[in-house]
Amino acid sequence: MTGIMALKDSPSSGGVRSQTSRDVLRAITPVNHLHRLGIAATLCLLAQFCWLALNNENFQWHVVLNWLFDPSVISGLYVTLGLTVVAMLLGSVIGLGLAIFRLSESRFVSAFAGIYIWFFRGTPMLVQLIFWYNLATIFPQLSISIPFGPTLASWDTNAVITPLTAAIVGLALNEAAYMAEIIRAGLLSVDRGQSEAAAAFGMTRGRALRRIIIPQAMRSIVPPTGNQLISMIKGTSLVSVIAMNDLLYSVQAVYNRTFEVVPLLMVAVIWYLAVTSILNVGQSYIERYYARGERSARSGGEARSAKQAEGVR
Amino acid sequence: MTILASSDRGRGASPALVSARNVHKAYGSQEVLTGIDLDVDTGETIVILGPSGSGKSTFLRCINHLETMQQGSIVVDGEQVGYQLRHERLYRVNSRALARQRKGIGMVFQQFNLYPHLTVLQNIIEAPVGVYGERRSEAVAHAHELLARVGLSEKSDAYPRQLSGGQQQRVAIARALAIRPKLILFDEPTSALDPELVGEVLATMKDLATQGLTMIVVTHEIGFAKEAADRVVFMDGGKIIEVGRPDEVLTNPTHPRTRAFLNRFI
Repeated sequence: MTGIMALKDSPSSGGVRSQTSRDVLRAITPVNHLHRLGIAATLCLLAQFCWLALNNENFQWHVVLNWLFDPSVISGLYVTLGLTVVAMLLGSVIGLGLAIFRLSESRFVSAFAGIYIWFFRGTPMLVQLIFWYNLATIFPQLSISIPFGPTLASWDTNAVITPLTAAIVGLALNEAAYMAEIIRAGLLSVDRGQSEAAAAFGMTRGRALRRIIIPQAMRSIVPPTGNQLISMIKGTSLVSVIAMNDLLYSVQAVYNRTFEVVPLLMVAVIWYLAVTSILNVGQSYIERYYARGERSARSGGEARSAKQAEGVR
Repeated sequence: MTILASSDRGRGASPALVSARNVHKAYGSQEVLTGIDLDVDTGETIVILGPSGSGKSTFLRCINHLETMQQGSIVVDGEQVGYQLRHERLYRVNSRALARQRKGIGMVFQQFNLYPHLTVLQNIIEAPVGVYGERRSEAVAHAHELLARVGLSEKSDAYPRQLSGGQQQRVAIARALAIRPKLILFDEPTSALDPELVGEVLATMKDLATQGLTMIVVTHEIGFAKEAADRVVFMDGGKIIEVGRPDEVLTNPTHPRTRAFLNRFI
C-alpha cells in the first residue's frame, strides 16, 4: 500500500523530499502473507505426521532402538560401506578410462567404450549381479590363455567368484558405465583453449589431462558423482539377493526370525539416511575445493576481487 | 624434394629460425592457406596483418602444429614440428615426441587461456617445472622476476578470474616467457580486451621486441606494427601479398589490397 501511495505522490510533489523517499535504501519489502501461511500449514502437517509416527504402536520404536546398534546390523553396515567405497573407486577408475576412450580420435577405441556403456547401462543391475554370481554355470573354468592358443593359467570359477567378488565386480562394472558418461561430460565442459594452451606449452596429452583438464572437469563431475554414490549405497542392497550380508540382508535375517518387519526396516532406513547425510556434507566440501579460482564461490573472494577491480581503475 | 632443398639452402645461407615453405591448409573444400613462404630470423619481430579470414591465425597455429597443414613444410630451429625426417622419409610423430618438439616455442592466445584453477604463480611455473624439469625454487624465482617485468608483482597469488583482461594477458605473456623460449607466437593478443586495456599489453610486447626476442605477432594493431615490427607481413586470401619494413609497407604499400586495408585505419 505504501508503495502505491508513494507512486501517486511523486509526480506532483517533486523536489528534495521525493528524492529521499525514492532512495531504494529505505525500500520496504511487503510481507507475503500467503507464503507465511503456507510455511505454518506445512510445519503443522509435519508435526502432526511425526506425532503420529512416534505414537504409532506398529512402528515399535523400542524394537528399533534395541536393534539399531546390534553387532549383526553394524557389521552389515560395514559391508554396505565397504562395498560402496570399493565398487565406487573401481567404477570411477574404469569409468575414467572409458571416458577417455570414448573421446579418442580412434573410431575403434571410441566404439569399444560406446558398446561397453550401451551394454552395462542397458541391462538391469539385478540381472548383472545374478549373472556374475552364477558365472560358474556358464564358464566352469577361468583361464588366462593366448586367444585360440595354449592356456597359461587356469582357476576353478567357483573358487574365484564368491558372493563378495561377484558383488564387487557386478557393482563396479555397472557403475563404470555411468561414471564414464559423467566424466566424459565433465571433460567436454572444459574450454578447448585449455587443452590447446597445455599442448602449446609442451605437455603430453596425459599430463594435460592430469594437471589441467581433469581438475577443471571436476567441478561438473562432482555433483552427479555424489548422486551416483548415494544411489550406489542403496544399490548395494541388491547384493542381498546373492547372499551377501550387507545392511539390508542383516536386518532381513533378523526379521525372518522375529517377524518384526517394520521396526527392522526402520533400522535400515535410519542407517541409510545417516550415511547419505554425512556424504552430502562431504560433497559440499569437495565442491567448494574444486570451485577455487571461481570468484563467487570463494569465501571472501567477492570482497577481495572487488578491491582489486578498483585497483585497476 | 624441392621444398626440402630450398629450406636447406635457406638455413645454410642465413640462420632463419622459422622457415615456412609452400604452406597449404584447407578446412574441407574451403582453402585457408594457399602457399605461404616466409623466413623469420632469430631476434626478429614479425607482425602479420590482414583482414579477418585471411588465414593469419591459422598460419601462426601451423607453426607449432596446433593446426595441421596439408602441404608444404615449416621448420623451426631445425625441427619440423609434428613430423620427423628419417632416411629422406617424413613420418608423423606421436603425442610425446610432439610435446618435446614444442619446447622452446611460447604462445600467447587471444582468450588468454590461463589455467583458471591455478594461481598466477602456479600458471607460470607449470610448464618450466612439469615439462622442462626446472627446479621449483628456480622456477619460482624466475616467475617473480617475470611478474615484475610485466608489472604484476603483487598478483602472484591471485587466481586469473580475479584479474582484469589486460592483467590476465600480461600473466599469459609471463607464462610464455617462463619457458625461456626461442620464439613466441602471439595470436591476436589484444583482440579480446576492452579498448582501455590494450595499451598495457602492447607496451609489454614492445618491451620484449626491443630485447631481441623472436616474436611472430598476429594483430590488428597497426600502431604496434609501426613501432615494434622489424618486418610487416600482409596477408589476404590465404596468401602473403606483401612483406617489408613497416615504414615501407604501412606508409607506402605497393599492393592495392594492402592500401585498401590500411585506409580503413586512417
